[in-house]
Amino acid sequence: MNPWPFVMAAYALTGVVSVGLAAWSFVAMRRSEKR
Amino acid sequence: MASLHTFANPARFLKLARPLTPPLFWAGVLLIAYGVWGGLARTPPDYLQGETVRILYIHVPTAWLGMAGWSGIAVSSLTFLVWRHPLAMIAARAIALPGAAFAALCLATGSIWGRPTWGTWWQWDGRLTSMLLLFFVYLGFMALTRADDDRGGDGRIPAIYGIAGSVLLPIIRYSVVWWNTLHQGQSIGLTSSKIDATILWPLWFTLSGFTCFFAAIVLMRMRTILARTKAEARMRRMAHVVDVAV
Repeated sequence: MNPWPFVMAAYALTGVVSVGLAAWSFVAMRRSEKR
Repeated sequence: MASLHTFANPARFLKLARPLTPPLFWAGVLLIAYGVWGGLARTPPDYLQGETVRILYIHVPTAWLGMAGWSGIAVSSLTFLVWRHPLAMIAARAIALPGAAFAALCLATGSIWGRPTWGTWWQWDGRLTSMLLLFFVYLGFMALTRADDDRGGDGRIPAIYGIAGSVLLPIIRYSVVWWNTLHQGQSIGLTSSKIDATILWPLWFTLSGFTCFFAAIVLMRMRTILARTKAEARMRRMAHVVDVAV
């Protein structure tokens, strides 16, 4: 079994969720502080 | 204790949180990037697990943050119940979403790691099941804080839940000792490790990087909640002025 697709899937998932979480938190903070 | 009370003042907190958020965030990003580069390109494969061992560098930080997040909620809840600092409950609410996200990532990366290593995506063993329970406890906390807000509650019920949920933390920690599990036992300690240093070093970068990243997200979310609370109070004052004028 080729291990690299599993390694890449784990890193990609963590990357997408982390970036999404940071972007969402940042946008929500900017919007709330501008109000 | 005097410093805790000083820090619990929202204005003083914001004075500290605003300049602290960007350096924490970018330090986290840089440390994660260096750790990921080291983990993917600079370390040898494990003699037993081969290349799949590289999932370690993201799986361990997500597990650590899933559990550390709930520790933060428990300490904040206790602080809120004892000293009635509203900022403590704001901190608990701010931690809940990133904590749940990292607990979910821990389960997902563990499952992806399990398939080539154990031959299965999931096993109902002590460690995996207790971590899944922690994820559901996070969801329960988020639902409870929202319901408490909607009914104009004082935050006591979510705070009690926050403390009660911490009972899961030692169960997760010692699940590999108490039960015969598929998950490996503890291999990394504060002073020693069963993992060779040539494989272990990027983990310290991803661990510290994700911790800084998590702290920056919590600060952003605390600032969001504080700004919303301030805006709602202003709206209520304006509505009161209009009522009096009419």
